[in-house]
Amino acid sequence: MSHISISAGFIPLVDAAPLIIAKEMGFAEEEGLKLELRSAPSWSTLRDMLAFGQIQAAQMLSPVPIAASMGLMNGIPPLSAVMVMSVNGTVFGVSPKMSELLHEQGFGFDFKDAQAAAAALAQLPRPLRIGVPFALSMHYELIAFWLSSCGLVEGEDFTISAVPPPLMAQAVRNGDLDAYCVGEPWGSVTVDTVGGALLLPGSEIWSAAPEKVLALRQDWAEENPEAVARLMRAVWRACDWLGDEGRRMMASELLSAKGYLDVGPDLIDRSFTGRLTINESGDTRQIDNFVRFHGSDSPFPWKSQAAWIGERISQRLGLDTDTAMSAAQEAFRSDWYRENLSEMGISMPRSSSKLEGATPEPVEASGTGSSLILERNVFFDGKKYDPAGKSA
Amino acid sequence: MADTLTIVIVEHDKDRAIAIVDSLRETGDHDIHVLAEVSGLARSVMRLMPDIVLIDVANPSRDSIEQLALASGPLERPVALFVDRSDAQMTKTAIEAGVSAYVVDGLQNDRIKPVMDAAIARFQMFQRMRTELETTKRALEDRKTIERAKGVLTKHRGISEDEAYTLLRKTAMDQGKRVVDVARALVTASELLP
Repeated sequence: MSHISISAGFIPLVDAAPLIIAKEMGFAEEEGLKLELRSAPSWSTLRDMLAFGQIQAAQMLSPVPIAASMGLMNGIPPLSAVMVMSVNGTVFGVSPKMSELLHEQGFGFDFKDAQAAAAALAQLPRPLRIGVPFALSMHYELIAFWLSSCGLVEGEDFTISAVPPPLMAQAVRNGDLDAYCVGEPWGSVTVDTVGGALLLPGSEIWSAAPEKVLALRQDWAEENPEAVARLMRAVWRACDWLGDEGRRMMASELLSAKGYLDVGPDLIDRSFTGRLTINESGDTRQIDNFVRFHGSDSPFPWKSQAAWIGERISQRLGLDTDTAMSAAQEAFRSDWYRENLSEMGISMPRSSSKLEGATPEPVEASGTGSSLILERNVFFDGKKYDPAGKSA
Repeated sequence: MADTLTIVIVEHDKDRAIAIVDSLRETGDHDIHVLAEVSGLARSVMRLMPDIVLIDVANPSRDSIEQLALASGPLERPVALFVDRSDAQMTKTAIEAGVSAYVVDGLQNDRIKPVMDAAIARFQMFQRMRTELETTKRALEDRKTIERAKGVLTKHRGISEDEAYTLLRKTAMDQGKRVVDVARALVTASELLP
């Protein structure tokens, strides 16, 4: 089998792990790929590298291919999300000043109750200025969904602006931000360097949020089916490998290397173990499900999840919701996922769309092969989301 | 003059900023602003209501500006900034040269092009300078490594420096490697031995 060369781009984050592991643990090699990884300085540049052919694949914020499909980014060709590479993994935190005000209110920092956290935030000076890494990100959609569902109004009670993660801590220190939602290790960095306090993991807003996807340019993927299949198999195997708890230490070591995340492995460990230090005093909280790479339903690009994202974006930008939802679903290629991974013996869900927020505990469901497990999937408000009938 | 454009350059390196401004001045009597700040960038850009924003693709602050292109896009026009849509090839060339451009909606291509050509040329020059600098630096480091490897050989085998170098070169050729790679391996190995 002759090797196919692929360049893939990533942002130095814990959830770049599947690409890094696919290369470092030899999964790419075994699938007949010569995988070159390139670190990108920003999401917009990573997207452009993909759009203009400098790389063929990228770790991408799940809303980006959806926004491209919705025509929100001029000059960017259609991008395809062929697989979800990570679920959850973000944290919401506040500046030292806001943390002090919350303490004065008697807020308990239980790191769990999203309703109580929103109620406490509503008492703070407004508007609460919140930083997220990118305007098209799960961070943005989760925060806007959470706070607006709790009765806060975007633009009046809170504002959301894009701040690159490496600069987030500095923006907090400068007093430009009151709060932030960011992927690891940057939330922990904010705690360690400027005394930020973590309030909530993203998983308490939606416990099954598709965070990063494996994105390809649609036309390139159509012309290179064999390369796509090999890449998907390699990344899927890397996700599966990451699911074993015993490999966390090794994964942290590999990710901490200079060409990758270039931070101490202990900082990366916090995400893998779900044991986060939430404030300067060193208080820790244990979160199950903090970031998930594997699982029988996690990597599947669910059309219903794409629809949720498309609907959220369309509502906040004042666009037609039906058009947005159908464009969004086109970007999530569950058909390619089935086609390319079935032969690995992975049991596939019978439908590519499901009722979101409907499994408070993991449940067994019938699949194309053996049964598969649907992981815990709930929204903080307990509501369910049915893309066919909208929010139930 | 009607042809005057408001251009914002986001660049924290003063020398580079001056070089970019100089090359853009040659394309017309533009109103050029340089922003170096890191936080509050989107706000500052918006206040200036630029026709074109230029920023290094390696600058992480690009993501802050990108929000302007999106948030105001579908709803409001006046400050709408867009990734250049007029010419995909030009965008590609620009990105390869290391500069990204945001151009206000509706601006004619013939007004954008001279500015972009000048910016691209300038950034290509930056890139060449950076490559040259890196090449020089690497050559220097390589030479140091080879000198150290020669030192190891002269000490342990009692041969002259010239003989040491010949030996390194022969080994490299036999193994299909570069001299510096053999030298580095030797230096590393010698550090492990007593």
